[in-house]
Amino acid sequence: MRKPRDYDDIPGTYVFDFERSHQGYHLNQFCVSLLKPGNREAFLADEAGYLRRYPMTEAQRQAVLKRDWLGMVKLGGNIYYTSKIGATLGRSFQYIAAEMSGVTQEEYAAMMLQGGRPIIGNRSRSGK
Amino acid sequence: MARIIAGVGTSHVPAIGAALDLGKSGEDYWKPVFSGYEPSKKWLAKTKPDVVVLVYNDHGTAFGLDMVPTFALGITDEYPPADEGWGPRPVPVVKGDLALSRHLAESLIFDGFDMTIINEMAVDHGLTVPLSLMCGQPKQWPFKVIPLAVNVVQYPPPTGKRCYELGRAIRKAVGAYEEDLRVVVFGTGGMSHQLHGERAGLINREWDNKFLDDLTADPHRLVQLPHVEYMREAGAEGVELVMWLIMRGALNDDVKEVYRFYHVPASNTAVGNIIIENN
Repeated sequence: MRKPRDYDDIPGTYVFDFERSHQGYHLNQFCVSLLKPGNREAFLADEAGYLRRYPMTEAQRQAVLKRDWLGMVKLGGNIYYTSKIGATLGRSFQYIAAEMSGVTQEEYAAMMLQGGRPIIGNRSRSGK
Repeated sequence: MARIIAGVGTSHVPAIGAALDLGKSGEDYWKPVFSGYEPSKKWLAKTKPDVVVLVYNDHGTAFGLDMVPTFALGITDEYPPADEGWGPRPVPVVKGDLALSRHLAESLIFDGFDMTIINEMAVDHGLTVPLSLMCGQPKQWPFKVIPLAVNVVQYPPPTGKRCYELGRAIRKAVGAYEEDLRVVVFGTGGMSHQLHGERAGLINREWDNKFLDDLTADPHRLVQLPHVEYMREAGAEGVELVMWLIMRGALNDDVKEVYRFYHVPASNTAVGNIIIENN
């Protein structure tokens, strides 16, 4: 059993704690492999085949293949790691962030230019 | 004797490095960021430190998740820029100060800070973007750099209090070094930002500016902040700001703020820059 944490109350946030790190270990280590140009080429040439080299879950593989960026995070992916898939595909942090928060990149960029997502209303699930 | 003369706090957003490397620094979006750093660049060029102790975090580049050191100190003479998935940044190789880094490691460990030792490491945007922001695009970096990598990716990072105390121990170690060197400490990362989840894009201007205020006005308040406050108020990735407290701890109690810049946005992040000199 995972013990409750003080940060569980923060909405839309998946703190990369030991439970998530363990769950996502092989997914994240696959991402590290993309730091080598030869591995990037091999992944792009045969994504599904390349993903089978890593003992991750089928759900994790599907999330990568479907570019389900929020799904990767929910399955233990860490954004600094999954962003390396983004880099391999020519996708920016901002693109990935827009996808995770369910808006277009244009809408997300406009929100950031207007000062970002406000803290009011986004502090806690319990509505403090 | 060596001495620490000042501290610099700065964001290390990767998109800033990319903008500079791709020649976009004059574009409307990026111009305010780079012009905001102009006074800092002038200050640094005038201050001419011999060595910068650069506190930053690696982003799954040199360290994967197989081993995650909480505090790790570079003890070699050069650090090449890393390939983070799009090729290494076209920036100079970072030169270390072998003798001072050995002294620092020994002094810190005997002082109770059990540093992980790095004998070979490529450095990612966390280290090179602050150099670009503070120095521009020189052929060689104008000072030696000692990288101090802090884990802020795998929860829990070290506490703000521990970071501040490490800064104190760095100050003591530098002050006991015989060579006559002028040292500046950089604390990097932040400010408010969240890169993941449905709450991505969170910015908290008020909280960030209070943090900047209290680096000089009330550092002891900052030292007591729990991680949950950083993550809630400054975004999950905003917890990087604990690294600024190493910089603050390395300075004297009596300091003055000589420059501050704050801008939203750079990609997903609030950019902050502060220069604090010892009185």
